[in-house]
Amino acid sequence: MAKMTLPFGPQHPVLPEPIHLSLTVEDEIVTQAIPALGYVHRGLEKLVDIRDFNQMVQIVERVCGICSKIHAMCYVQGLEELMKVDVPPRAKYLRVMWSELHRIHSHLLWLGLFADAFGMESLFMQCWRIREKIMDINEATTGARVIVSVNVVGGLRCDVDDTQTRWILSELDEVEREVRRLESTFVNDYTIKKRTCGIGVLSAEKALELGAAGPTLRGSGVAQDMRQLKYAAFDSIDFEPVTALDGDSYSRMKVRYYETLQSIDLVRQAIAKMPDGDIAVKVKGRPEGEILSRVEQPRGELFYYIKGNGTKYLDRVRIRTPTFANIPPLAAMLPGIELADVPIVVLSIDPCISCTER
Amino acid sequence: MAKMTANILRNFFAKRATRLYPIEVRPPFENSRGELYNDIDQCIFCGACALKCPSQCITVDKDQATWFCDPLACVYCGVCVEACPVHCLHQKTTYRPVCVTRETIFQKGVLKEKPKKKAKVVAEG
Repeated sequence: MAKMTLPFGPQHPVLPEPIHLSLTVEDEIVTQAIPALGYVHRGLEKLVDIRDFNQMVQIVERVCGICSKIHAMCYVQGLEELMKVDVPPRAKYLRVMWSELHRIHSHLLWLGLFADAFGMESLFMQCWRIREKIMDINEATTGARVIVSVNVVGGLRCDVDDTQTRWILSELDEVEREVRRLESTFVNDYTIKKRTCGIGVLSAEKALELGAAGPTLRGSGVAQDMRQLKYAAFDSIDFEPVTALDGDSYSRMKVRYYETLQSIDLVRQAIAKMPDGDIAVKVKGRPEGEILSRVEQPRGELFYYIKGNGTKYLDRVRIRTPTFANIPPLAAMLPGIELADVPIVVLSIDPCISCTER
Repeated sequence: MAKMTANILRNFFAKRATRLYPIEVRPPFENSRGELYNDIDQCIFCGACALKCPSQCITVDKDQATWFCDPLACVYCGVCVEACPVHCLHQKTTYRPVCVTRETIFQKGVLKEKPKKKAKVVAEG
């Protein structure tokens, strides 16, 4: 059969956000995939010209509607390093706690969307039902469900008391029990294996060569995680990256599933080791110089470049999100697979296009 | 089959996962950041809220003693509430109801003097 070029997206049932893929197919086998971006560009980086560095905390949170806390954390950590601010230890542990809660709810959201992509609607609802408990924890402790707005340069805006930590731990026990109940389905189910095993294979060499990040990279067997950089309180928390060896969609799903359980454990560790004390210090002066800040987002490495000029307005904030790094590996995974498997593979990198286009 | 039966029985006796929403509403959490309102009688129109607001949705006119907020531009971050020196800004725990017209909040108060800072006690001798 002759070659055909088919558009995939920007509007597609499996895509939560718009990305366009121009797929060349031959007998329903994809031979080439060319991604096109630019549907949700908002120009958030440009706002540094008219908003001061403190107001930018709330703006960078809005880069991503799922892991907002982690964006703000990356930005304030960069500024704190630039302005030589010593953040109180309690704030560091609380930052770990909230960032891991964000990771849990992001992974549960993705597991649900992935289940929906291979046609398991009930599983999708189960994942999102469990996720609602994490959203409740976020709302009760910070005041908002997703855009929590707890970070400020120099620390945090709100604290948690003993009653709240006890309640968080009891809720997490329930979340863990319910997530573990899904293990047999996600990991052993015949249908899921049939739809995901051996689909969209990315070898470890190729993943490193194309600069893959996060669970996409760890699903190919490379144990690389930005939390190994020991930012915030990760220097005193036991942590080993979760990896899977096969590099296919099934491996990437397994990595995210087990990371959800790992993050529950990390929240428990952060709460157990959290010292008493202040949660913020007063910051004096204005940022001058340039700095790179990296943290691990649910989708991979998040990178901020911040340049200050000694005034309250920054010169430049450059944001590189993990989906940007994962699009070249996606274009490499697609050739050779069937057209019907394209949604599964596209979703397996957990695309967050609004993040990427900022 | 046995596993499936256990699952069916569990679901049969488990409580409902969703609420019958308009009839049954979840009580809001204690410190939820909802609707923003200004206690205009307390306001000194210093403009700290307008200065700190990341979405620039607040405009304060000191001469006219007016306080204006565009709730559709507000991101409910609560920065203004923390910045307010006289604690006249508050957030309710509930969200704003859905609106069909673009409503704004415009309040006019009486201009008051700023609270004077405590005079520093200079140690003698």
